[in-house]
Amino acid sequence: MNYADQNKQFVVFELENEEYGIDILRVKTIEKMSNITRVPNTPSYVKGVMNLRGEIVPIIDLRKKFDLQEKEECENTRIIIVYVDDMDVGLIVDSASKVIDISCDMIEAPPESLGNKENSSIYGIGKLDDKVITLLDVEKLLSA
Amino acid sequence: MMDINQYLEIFIEEAQEHLQNLNQNLLGLESNPNDIDTLNEIFRSAHTLKGMAGTMGYDSIMNLTHDMENILDAVRNGLLTINSGILDVLFECLDFLEESINYISENGKEDEKNIEPLKKKLLNLLNSNSASNDLEPVKNNEKGIDDFKFNQYDENVAEQAIATGMKVFRIEVVLAKDCMLKSARAFVVFKTLEKYAEIFKSYPRVEDIEDEKFDNSFKIAIITSENKDKIKKDLESISEIEEVIVEEYSNLVSNEVHTLNEIAATQETITVKEEQEEQEEHHIKKNKVGKTVRVDINRLDNLMNLVSELIIIKTRLEGIDSDSQNKNMSEAVEYLERITTNLHDAVMKVRMVPIERVFNRFPRMVRDLSRELDKEINLNISGEETELDRTVIDEIGDPLIHLIRNAIDHGIENKNERARNNKNAVGNVYLRAYQDGNSVVIEVEDDGKGIDIAKVKKKAIENRLIDKSEAEGMSDKEAIELLFHPGFSTADEISDISGRGVGLDVVKTKIESLGGTVEVESISNKGSKFLIRLPLTLAIIQALLVTIGSEKYAIPLNSIKEITSIEKDKIRNIQGQEVVLYRDSVLPIIRLADVLDVKDYAEEENELTVVIVKKGDKSSGFIVESLIGQQEIVIKSLGKYLAGIRNIAGATILGDGQVALIVDTNSMI
Repeated sequence: MNYADQNKQFVVFELENEEYGIDILRVKTIEKMSNITRVPNTPSYVKGVMNLRGEIVPIIDLRKKFDLQEKEECENTRIIIVYVDDMDVGLIVDSASKVIDISCDMIEAPPESLGNKENSSIYGIGKLDDKVITLLDVEKLLSA
Repeated sequence: MMDINQYLEIFIEEAQEHLQNLNQNLLGLESNPNDIDTLNEIFRSAHTLKGMAGTMGYDSIMNLTHDMENILDAVRNGLLTINSGILDVLFECLDFLEESINYISENGKEDEKNIEPLKKKLLNLLNSNSASNDLEPVKNNEKGIDDFKFNQYDENVAEQAIATGMKVFRIEVVLAKDCMLKSARAFVVFKTLEKYAEIFKSYPRVEDIEDEKFDNSFKIAIITSENKDKIKKDLESISEIEEVIVEEYSNLVSNEVHTLNEIAATQETITVKEEQEEQEEHHIKKNKVGKTVRVDINRLDNLMNLVSELIIIKTRLEGIDSDSQNKNMSEAVEYLERITTNLHDAVMKVRMVPIERVFNRFPRMVRDLSRELDKEINLNISGEETELDRTVIDEIGDPLIHLIRNAIDHGIENKNERARNNKNAVGNVYLRAYQDGNSVVIEVEDDGKGIDIAKVKKKAIENRLIDKSEAEGMSDKEAIELLFHPGFSTADEISDISGRGVGLDVVKTKIESLGGTVEVESISNKGSKFLIRLPLTLAIIQALLVTIGSEKYAIPLNSIKEITSIEKDKIRNIQGQEVVLYRDSVLPIIRLADVLDVKDYAEEENELTVVIVKKGDKSSGFIVESLIGQQEIVIKSLGKYLAGIRNIAGATILGDGQVALIVDTNSMI
């Protein structure tokens, strides 16, 4: 357990040139964009549902969720399928390419100045070399 | 010990069935105490249960059922008559057994609860009866024998004996008042008679006579070929006997003349009796045991999922087929379609269970409730043969219990109030089930006082759900909806004022989780009606695919009445609701593009395609852009994250892998 105590693996994705990380144990797969069916009467950040190998999976547009500007989807756009609370949910991100190890002592609690709104879904700030990665708490992200 | 676990499930399932059976038959016995068939059925169930419990080593169940059997046996032999006291205790025993079995199913072993109090009660029943008989003054006249009644069972025996040329006598023996050894004298009487007669019934029971548990007289019934005078003479020659009354038992059958060659058959009347019983038992068992297999519901779910996958891939093949020119391919695909449709039907049928399974427990509940609340209630059940998916059946019980309790507790007025309102003292609760399109409707209706709208509003204001001005502007229907609000009522306070509302939100949540809806109708002083609408099938349905803008939607075919086209300028606006006059009636129009918030839909043509959808006796026209066609679709849930979205019943995967949403027409009408 020593290793796990010291290091955590995160899937890193990009959103508006910022890097974010999700605990790898939460991530099921990473998919390319495919047909998404819009679902009426849902919050605006719910993009719709898609067919993931015979299962219906709801898809969330993280840009909308974080109040970022909309962006046309492109080659790099990915959907990260996360498994939370007995359900699969897809998150649309600008790109996702790598998995990183961050040792636990390099993870800081989110600064209080970050504002309450996003605060709840941020698990911590990870520092790696000279980069700063926002680590998301998916459970809170999806329950909010 | 042998591994008993593999039998545990079977034991529990069967035990529950027997308990259900017992409950039902006891209720039957209550309304018809002389029905010997029901009694026998009860006896059989109790006996089987005893045997099963014994095999599994559940001693207290076995002991209790054994004592129950004793009571039933006494009833069967005419020693006890069915009265509410006996039934109450028997019902209590059933409750105990049910609890024990539930405990076993949860913990795998019998709980250590004490059965002694119940056993005592049962014993008291037996004793109190003989005790009360002891106190009864014995009538010495001829008519005294009349109350020594034959039950149907004895009559059968007697009739058979008479049919074979034997005679049946009822004898009352009165011993001298100063007789010291009553049981000894009785023994002599029995011995004397047994020389040429078969004693098939005695009162009190033989055991009680042996124990001197009788006053100065006892009664016996015998079958013999001797005549009356000889019997009388023989008995009177025994000392310390004061009087002997011998009466020949006869009925219509005895007038017929029969040949004597069957006398041998009656030699052992008792065995005849038993054989009869056995035959009967055998006969009924034969009827009951169709060839069945118990299957774990999970396996069925798995099977269902596989069929769903098969249907998706079949639809995809159909799509490929329509592009290709290969004739063989078309034939094969057509054949495949037929098979999958049949397969689907078969799997669905396997999962269907008559709702009787749930309804069965209500008569008992209503009986108990009506006693508890001192209200006379008539429960009218209809449509119990209506079939529903097994998973729905398992879940629907609790909500129904809730609604029925409400109806009896709060809906039906007490006797005085009913009398004041010129209503029949007996309140009625109706429980109906029937199929309507692709849904099953369950109604719980009472003829009580109805929902008091003013009080509901008052309560809602007290609970700060609405404010005064809102309450004033609220329609009755909206006010009734308040009942389902989670914050409406949590305590019993409501039950002393207007009634309804105790945890109705729980009922609603449960039913909605099953994909159903609840509606309420209420007329003051006439009663109220709760209407539960549940989907008939859970997984695969026929649907009409339509397009609206660039999006595709599925409408369940079963709810579609017809498809037509109307001209745009025929649409009228009545109080904000668009309607059209269609076939001489007013048809409300719903624009799906608006309801579903479709952005890229523009009405250009004057001719509009309208899908007319029915729900109960109401119908509405849904405007769609164009029709794609009919298709078998597999209903998939949108998942927990998107649960409870308005107007959408679920989603399905089309042949090309795209997801289409299923329109929830029921919620829109």
